[in-house]
Amino acid sequence: MSRKIYPDAASALAGITFDGMTVMSGGFGLCGIPENLIVALRDSGAKNLTVIGNNVGCDHHGMWLVLANNQIKKVLASYVGENKILEQRYMSGEIEIEFNPQGTLAERIRAGGAGIPAFYTRTGYGTKVAEGKETRQFPNPDGTLDWYVMETGLTADISLVKAWKADTEGNLVYRKTARNFNPMIATAGRITIAEVEEIVQPGELDPNQIHTPGIFVQRLVKGTNYVKHIERVTTRPRATEGGNQ
Amino acid sequence: MAWTRDEMAARAAKELRDGYYVNLGIGIPTLVANMIPDGMTVTLQSENGMLGMGPFPYEGEQDADLINAGKQTITELPQTSYFSSADSFGMIRGGHIQLSILGGMQVSEKGDLANWMVPGKMIKGMGGAMDLVAGVPRVVVVMDHREKGGDSKFKKACSLPLTGKGVVDLLITDLAVFEIDRRGGGAVLTEMAPGVTLDELRQATEADFRVALQG
Repeated sequence: MSRKIYPDAASALAGITFDGMTVMSGGFGLCGIPENLIVALRDSGAKNLTVIGNNVGCDHHGMWLVLANNQIKKVLASYVGENKILEQRYMSGEIEIEFNPQGTLAERIRAGGAGIPAFYTRTGYGTKVAEGKETRQFPNPDGTLDWYVMETGLTADISLVKAWKADTEGNLVYRKTARNFNPMIATAGRITIAEVEEIVQPGELDPNQIHTPGIFVQRLVKGTNYVKHIERVTTRPRATEGGNQ
Repeated sequence: MAWTRDEMAARAAKELRDGYYVNLGIGIPTLVANMIPDGMTVTLQSENGMLGMGPFPYEGEQDADLINAGKQTITELPQTSYFSSADSFGMIRGGHIQLSILGGMQVSEKGDLANWMVPGKMIKGMGGAMDLVAGVPRVVVVMDHREKGGDSKFKKACSLPLTGKGVVDLLITDLAVFEIDRRGGGAVLTEMAPGVTLDELRQATEADFRVALQG
């Protein structure tokens, strides 16, 4: 068995969690979240966590489980709606939230994983997001100048990601829009743990179609009992018989 | 008579051009997806990592791994591609998406937009809105002209925290359409809803604007 593969999520997290650590977790809403690893993080009991991700779960789902277990001190996210406990603790000052524009958050994580300490972006210039940050002008192709805000790269003690399939070397393939933040988060963890729906042998994934190369994945676990809760099921009626579609 | 939500979306749909890659926000902008003119090819981007958004799935065929940025289940098309959030905002920030249509709480005559927080209330976050208005070359805002209490939402200066400074090119409200020069050249009234008079519009509007009605 590959040295990267662990029998379950709890053993994949054993011995590497600690109070005050920074955890990144993939997903957009509840799509593409590492369900098993989030439960294991809750069960680890590690406290005063800084959690970085696009969202912090929503009521009763995803990272909400860790939040409801009083383990989170600070959050970096772009959107935290549909989460009553987070709302209460933010308004009472128990939890600090640093709101990041979604693209800035994605790029900060990408930069952190790629060894880039900071970069400039036009996003957020002239808004609260730019307060206290260095700003400077850069020229456009036509010679006019625009203002940009310096943003810093982000890394984590542990990154938790969810992929569709992995081979035993930790090469990952994501499925549809469940990819989202997972590829960047996989690069930005000192230790990255991936949970997947299926682990296959080397050679069974097309090397041309690998989304995250195995170098970024230190630990791998096959997830079980996926709920894959959908926040907003939206459908259309089927065409009636004989009707055009 | 003020325009309905559908009529506002239909007006926004007139901003589409053949071959455009477009990002639509939540609410009225979403309705624009159903109003793409026949024969026109428009590719819809969803900032959670998809180009070529298809319609909602048939009941029972929804896939938890396939949602749009509003967390709704959707479908893919033959030309669909998927990518990471970093690539997605590379498209947006890099100016590769031609048009962004989104909702607003306030717009100023200088093209400032506020649509993400009200001080003292729970902040949900800006999501991708700040990146979209900063990176997309043409930004259209669709919103009601007035608050429920009657205050103008089209203002001399936004009183709410900004999403972007000097970022709005076109404002479509239920009463009128304004072109805005995001480099500070001011706002121009170009269209009014049927039955709305210029006097009524001035009464309902805090922002200064010039008048150059079309047609």
